[in-house]
Amino acid sequence: MKKVFLRAAALLLAMVCTHAWAQDGYREQMKGLDEQVQEVKSDVLSISAELSQLEEKLLYPSDTHFALFVQLAKGDTLRLDSVDVKVDGQPAAHYIYSFKELEALQKGGVQRLYTGNIASGEHQLEVTVAGKRANGEAYSRSETVAFTKEIKPKLLGLTVSSDSISSAGW
Amino acid sequence: MRRASTIALAVALTALSGIQPCAAADTDPSADTHCSSSWVSAVARAVLPWLHSCEAGGKDSIGAGSTDGARDPYFGESLYNAYQGHWFEALQRLDAELGQHYRVDDQTQDSLYPLIGQAEFSVGDFELNYRMHHRAGRAITAVLEADVPDAVRNEAAFRLARIHFQKGQPQDAMHALERIHGEVPENIADEIEFLRANTFLAMGQPAEAAVVLKQLLGAEGLEGFAGYNYGIALLQDGKTEAGQQQLAKAGAAGRKDSKAVVAIRDKANMVLGRLMLEAKDYANAQRYFDRVSLEGPYSNQALLSAGWADAMAGNYQRALVPWKLLASRESTDSAVQEAKLALPHAYGKLNLHGRAAVLYDEALKSFGEELEMLEFSTQSVRDGYFLKALAREEIQQDKLWVVKLRDLEEAPETFYLTKLMASHDFQTALQNYLDLEDLRRKLESWQTGFDAYDDVIRQRHDYYEPLLPGVDAQFRELDAQYKLRSEQRDILARRLDDQLTKPRPELLAKADERIALDRINATAAAIKRLPEAERDAHMARIERLRGALTWTLRTQYPDRLGEAHAHLEELDVELGTLQQRYRSFVRARQASVHSYMGYDDGIRDLRNRVRDSLERVGQLQKQQGALIEAVAIEELTARAERLKGYQTQARYAVADSYDRASQAQGGAPAASTTPDATATPDATATPGAPAGEGK
Repeated sequence: MKKVFLRAAALLLAMVCTHAWAQDGYREQMKGLDEQVQEVKSDVLSISAELSQLEEKLLYPSDTHFALFVQLAKGDTLRLDSVDVKVDGQPAAHYIYSFKELEALQKGGVQRLYTGNIASGEHQLEVTVAGKRANGEAYSRSETVAFTKEIKPKLLGLTVSSDSISSAGW
Repeated sequence: MRRASTIALAVALTALSGIQPCAAADTDPSADTHCSSSWVSAVARAVLPWLHSCEAGGKDSIGAGSTDGARDPYFGESLYNAYQGHWFEALQRLDAELGQHYRVDDQTQDSLYPLIGQAEFSVGDFELNYRMHHRAGRAITAVLEADVPDAVRNEAAFRLARIHFQKGQPQDAMHALERIHGEVPENIADEIEFLRANTFLAMGQPAEAAVVLKQLLGAEGLEGFAGYNYGIALLQDGKTEAGQQQLAKAGAAGRKDSKAVVAIRDKANMVLGRLMLEAKDYANAQRYFDRVSLEGPYSNQALLSAGWADAMAGNYQRALVPWKLLASRESTDSAVQEAKLALPHAYGKLNLHGRAAVLYDEALKSFGEELEMLEFSTQSVRDGYFLKALAREEIQQDKLWVVKLRDLEEAPETFYLTKLMASHDFQTALQNYLDLEDLRRKLESWQTGFDAYDDVIRQRHDYYEPLLPGVDAQFRELDAQYKLRSEQRDILARRLDDQLTKPRPELLAKADERIALDRINATAAAIKRLPEAERDAHMARIERLRGALTWTLRTQYPDRLGEAHAHLEELDVELGTLQQRYRSFVRARQASVHSYMGYDDGIRDLRNRVRDSLERVGQLQKQQGALIEAVAIEELTARAERLKGYQTQARYAVADSYDRASQAQGGAPAASTTPDATATPDATATPGAPAGEGK
């Protein structure tokens, strides 16, 4: 019985060593592949950047380009559920936030809610926000924002808080 | 048998990390079994709390964790993506924004200008998170070389050091850390020192590491980790007693310990227990193994080791307690499998051979089932189901997706490979595979997008091309009119200006006055042709009429001049509107042409690049997948081999136990290894009351 245990244990030890050796071989291969993966990521990122530029140029020419951004007021505790936007009475965006997205907004991220084309001149933006306040109370607010679209791209930012929706151009 | 047990214990303890420093994210006992230097990466993961946020990790430092991104919408957008772990999108957005910023003539006017330092750092962070260490290093080095304030340069140096450390280059990491001097941002001061200590340890300088770590004891966010590493540093420095005392402190339970701290505490106790076992101080070994929590990642190893500590002390009765508990746990775990052998071995030592035989039988059955499952799993990996399971998107939505894989019925191998998948190297390979899968999907969708772009361009061409000649002809006409009116306006303006220096009231005559004046002049010419007798009377009348007209023109001249200027201003307003329309038309005309011309080369080039990248991604993914499968199969095979080894032991042991049980009952040795039901001891007989069995 003792001999059997000794033999089995020796076999197990040998297996552990062989396994570790094989793992080292794989690790080298993984390292080599990792280098190549990094290269391909770099290439695809540059393609993506060029593609974005092409898309912007093709679909949103600068003289009609209009983008709407949403952010939460710094330190605000509002639990944003959804944002609904109409441009000149026409539905433009309706967004329902996941927990992850809400967290990203709370940390200071800015969401591009809408990108589109509008003519130069005066426009009306209707924003409806729904959510919950820190005390669990349901919150809903609507605001109408007037803005002027000039020849250059128009970037409009909405800052949402527990008691207001403010807008500012960038 | 004692020696065999010791060897078996040594094998069991290979699953436990050696005397190595630990990190905030390094709470997986399996992670260290694959690579002796994997703790370096693990420490790096811990020192990078934004890479692996854990309760001990601390602050989220993406984009300096502020709302500054709001000051530049596109930087804010990249942060929004980064905070959700969408590294590719975050990088792409920020790359584009930075590229645009550097192309601007006056960068101080760009909204990114005040945030440029943070943006550059964030690029490095995102690249690091997206496992692009080469680019991350370059990005951060660029900041380091720039003329920036101390705090910014020091943070860059720290980040660069982290990258080097993560890549297993401690000398380079230390070199980067040595560049830190002057003002250090408060939020990373402790992290810098923790990294410095870990770098010292990686360079084999435990004494220097111990000095640094001693200062970090109790540092916020490093609770448990600094203490554990300090103990390890002391041990590595040869200060065994002090090291053990420190580890004992690090292993002491706290009231509000987080999961990560509990895991590190368990690790400290496991290391201490192992040291005590090596020193044959079984009582203390037992004490430390008992301190390990029964739910943590080290619980199985602790139970197994606790049993061996008793067994090696000759106390098989006590060894039964942890081994019994362990044997009832999930049978895929190697510690559990060993316990299934250790438990009947202990019964054998207690002369309860019947019970031992029954348990050996159970172990054999369990090993057989596991082997069948392993074979099935190996085949499943070979058939590609493992990779398919890994690539499932809904699984990756969960932070604990690796654990969730265990519940996948269609991919049973994931159950066995969870530990392997938790190892740093394997996880990097897995993440690369998933990243490649993500890139493949992106590239494929872009590829179909090109057709849509072509379609848009073709439609625009078909729409505008027939319209433009007519529009251009009309435009030329309008253009000529516009220019004519502009010239006319300029002439009028000049004439009015001349009036101020050389007044000519007749130029401000109204139409009827002009007609009257023309008639007066014509009549005067006709009168001149009359006989002299009649001429004078008529001429006098004509002069009166001319005088009346001249009177009106001269007396009303200032009013008329003011009125003319007012009219000119009105004309200017109209001309301004016309000019706006003219420019708007020119822009629209250009935009219409630009909407479908000049894209062909760019799209063709991008199409080719996407196609090439897709091919390359496909090849790499195949290689990466094959490698993952090979490692998985290797792991499954190793498990199977170990089980076969256990099976062999169990087969011999079960026969031996039946023989001994038969002998104990005074019967002849059994003719076969088949257990005789009548010879089997009462399953409920407790080792404490070995009735009927040899004592």
